[in-house]
Amino acid sequence: MMRHPHVWMGLLLWSIFSQAQAAWTVNMAPGATEISHAVFDLHMTIFWICVVIGIIVFGAMFWSMMVHRRSTGQVAAKFHESTTVEILWTIVPFLILVAMAVPATATLIKMYDASEPDIDIQVTGYQWKWHYKYLGQDVEFFSNLATPQDQIHNKETKGEHYLLEVDKPLVLPIGAKVRFLVTSADVIHSWWVPAFAVKRDAIPGFVNEAWTRIDKPGIYRGQCAELCGKDHGFMPIVVEVKEKADYEKWLADRKAEALQLKELTSKEWTLDELKERGDKVYHTTCVACHQAEGQGLPPMFPALKGSPIATGPKADHLHRVYFGKPGTAMAAFGKQLSEVDIAAVVTYERNAWGNNKGDMVTPKEVLELKQAESK
Amino acid sequence: MSAVIDDHGHADHAHGPAKGLMRWVLTTNHKDIGTLYLWFAFSMFLLGGSFAMVIRAELFQPGLQIVEPAFFNQMTTMHGLVMVFGAVMPAFVGLANWMIPLMIGAPDMALPRMNNFSFWLLPAAFILLVSTLFTAGGGPNFGWTFYAPLSTTYAPESVTFFIFAIHLMGISSIMGAINVIATILNLRAPGMTLMKMPLFVWTWLITAFLLIAVMPVLAGCVTMMLMDIHFGTSFFSAAGGGDPVLFQHVFWFFGHPEVYIMILPAFGAVSSIIPTFSRKPLFGYTSMVYATASIAFLSFIVWAHHMFVVGIPLVGELFFMYATLLIAVPTGVKVFNWASTMWQGSLTFETPMLFAVAFVILFSIGGFSGLMLAIAPADFQYQDTYFVVAHFHYVLVPGAIFGIFASAYYWLPKWTGHMYDETLGKLHFWLSFVGMNMTFFPMHFVGLAGMPRRIPDYNLQFADFNMVSSIGAFMFGATQLFFLFIVIKTIRGGPPAPAKPWEGAEGLEWSVPSPAPYHTFTTPPEVK
Repeated sequence: MMRHPHVWMGLLLWSIFSQAQAAWTVNMAPGATEISHAVFDLHMTIFWICVVIGIIVFGAMFWSMMVHRRSTGQVAAKFHESTTVEILWTIVPFLILVAMAVPATATLIKMYDASEPDIDIQVTGYQWKWHYKYLGQDVEFFSNLATPQDQIHNKETKGEHYLLEVDKPLVLPIGAKVRFLVTSADVIHSWWVPAFAVKRDAIPGFVNEAWTRIDKPGIYRGQCAELCGKDHGFMPIVVEVKEKADYEKWLADRKAEALQLKELTSKEWTLDELKERGDKVYHTTCVACHQAEGQGLPPMFPALKGSPIATGPKADHLHRVYFGKPGTAMAAFGKQLSEVDIAAVVTYERNAWGNNKGDMVTPKEVLELKQAESK
Repeated sequence: MSAVIDDHGHADHAHGPAKGLMRWVLTTNHKDIGTLYLWFAFSMFLLGGSFAMVIRAELFQPGLQIVEPAFFNQMTTMHGLVMVFGAVMPAFVGLANWMIPLMIGAPDMALPRMNNFSFWLLPAAFILLVSTLFTAGGGPNFGWTFYAPLSTTYAPESVTFFIFAIHLMGISSIMGAINVIATILNLRAPGMTLMKMPLFVWTWLITAFLLIAVMPVLAGCVTMMLMDIHFGTSFFSAAGGGDPVLFQHVFWFFGHPEVYIMILPAFGAVSSIIPTFSRKPLFGYTSMVYATASIAFLSFIVWAHHMFVVGIPLVGELFFMYATLLIAVPTGVKVFNWASTMWQGSLTFETPMLFAVAFVILFSIGGFSGLMLAIAPADFQYQDTYFVVAHFHYVLVPGAIFGIFASAYYWLPKWTGHMYDETLGKLHFWLSFVGMNMTFFPMHFVGLAGMPRRIPDYNLQFADFNMVSSIGAFMFGATQLFFLFIVIKTIRGGPPAPAKPWEGAEGLEWSVPSPAPYHTFTTPPEVK
């Protein structure tokens, strides 16, 4: 009698399976580094050990369930203890575990050896984006989710790399030993790229080490792996691995860009130029909390539209954006954005959604604040 | 000692249970309090389950459809808290209240008034906790593990209510545990030596010691949070010289024994049920007791395996990996003993046995994934993915929850005086079994493929398995309303149950009539 629901369920499942796109990945991928391959091998070894033990134990149970039933006229045996078998099934599993622990220890020792790196990258977690700094190279940038809000809210077709795409990926060369110095500016995050078998918690006040050496050029994707608040699911990691020469060229370009940005600070900006730039900054940096129309998500994330700060004195507005509001989710963006971007976003907020203040904050004013702070 | 209790028993006999609502408010009777605990646990099971339904509905398809991420996080947090502290733990305390005195031949729990108080703290605690969902900033949204500083500096204002609720639950658990220990150590019938106690009594004795050891640690943990939030301390704030990792050490020093608190009583119940329906004594009783004690001891020295990617030093990492692997040994002994109990028995498969056998097999699958997670280098890939979600749900749903279902069907005739409907019971089992596996098995796959836990939206590559999981979850959830129907039907009627409805059953609880009279063993039985 019980067969029928099973058949029915099977048909239902099959119809779902056959309609859907083929995305039935059931296992870990071996990854792109020596370490990730070693981890994959450990994973498969312990998996097969479990399968074998499972077949033996469940096999014995299913045998009992089929053969030793009262309905087949079985009379229960009386035995209920045996010191010999108890000792046996204590020692044999113990030996299996020792055999498993040996290769696991060897791999772990390798994973912990972050000495003598060729490149140091400081990875800092923020709510909800990653910041990468190439130590000693004067290159640093934020990496934000690039998936449009319309895809997330089902107004647009979702792309292949939905939620796993960023505006600026971390760029690394092949063959070099890269050390990651992982930390956080607010809550705990976790930086994870499955293809490298690197996962390290980003903890405020701590600097954790991890390392990798990637064999193949390509684009590798991961996600934050520690619950870090509202948009934990929306701070992916993308690493673009290039040939050595391409990497060097990319790095040189970034340095030139940094220089250009400094020049932008001293440029004379018009209100419209700042608003236009601020629009972009707002929609990458601020929109997650304060929302597209500045309406916020009160009471955790206040509205900016018509808010006392955004329509009050501009010095207070700049101060709030630059220093944040301690004890809330409002971060100090003075450390995160360039002078130009801070000036632009404050100007934008003062002139968008009917906040028409008509005034502007210039990059020079932000620079003055920065210089005053460092004194 | 026993003379005093006798007098008390006789005095009570004169009036029996009070009438009306006040019977339940003022009761000191272990059976009444056991019933209260079980009903409370079941209502929390449905509430926590409804939170899970919201989670699975949002994850049915990629994209945001039903709830915003901020609310999604409240659902995952509340689902965990309500299920752990509201459903599983109180259900086991309810079983302990009902069955421990009946199993050891005691007239009641040793501390009846405290028993009443420890129950009535729970509704207060959960009203406090659940009410936060209706506050302006929302309820707790930082996961049931409430890692600082997300749960301190960055928490919604309702976190203070959460802290107070945890304190109340902790006080309730500690009092419950003291009561269990006092009862088992002092009120056993003459001749009931420790090594003659049913395993359910043994596992609860050990669980109670675990509770007394770790609930104060949890209380300390939330108190430090309270100080950080309101009184300017910096226990967990790096900016003030504190240490966010300290939080995790303290939390998991509580949290790991806690997972055994949620499974050991189920081990005990299953160790009664499998022999009954195998018509054969439990294989390796002594080794079962020692294995339980070993698991309890080991549970105190493995906590940092929840923290393999936190950045603890290599030596620490190795120690916690080895210690964790060791737990597989006593756990294996238990599984082998259950399988050997069935071997060459004379098996029948009434509902309690179905749940018990599914418990052994599916709990073992959870144990296998636990073994995989113990391998620290591999854990770098598993940590905080759906593989972990699959693992602990395999341990808790077919582990703790199936253990509770098995116990409920096994002892319902004793509690109600009626036999439950066997066909409906079996249907409940099969629907739960299929629904549960359909929900949680695909989570192994998406976890290995790289889907992090606690996210409201995901890449399209995870879409198909998530849809399967959600369908399974809706099926499992709806099935539990059916269980409610079966229980109510059994309370209201059904074939009268004899004192011992299961021919293979052993133990003192079957020597009293069904339903068990309001007062039992006012004169202690003699155990040979």
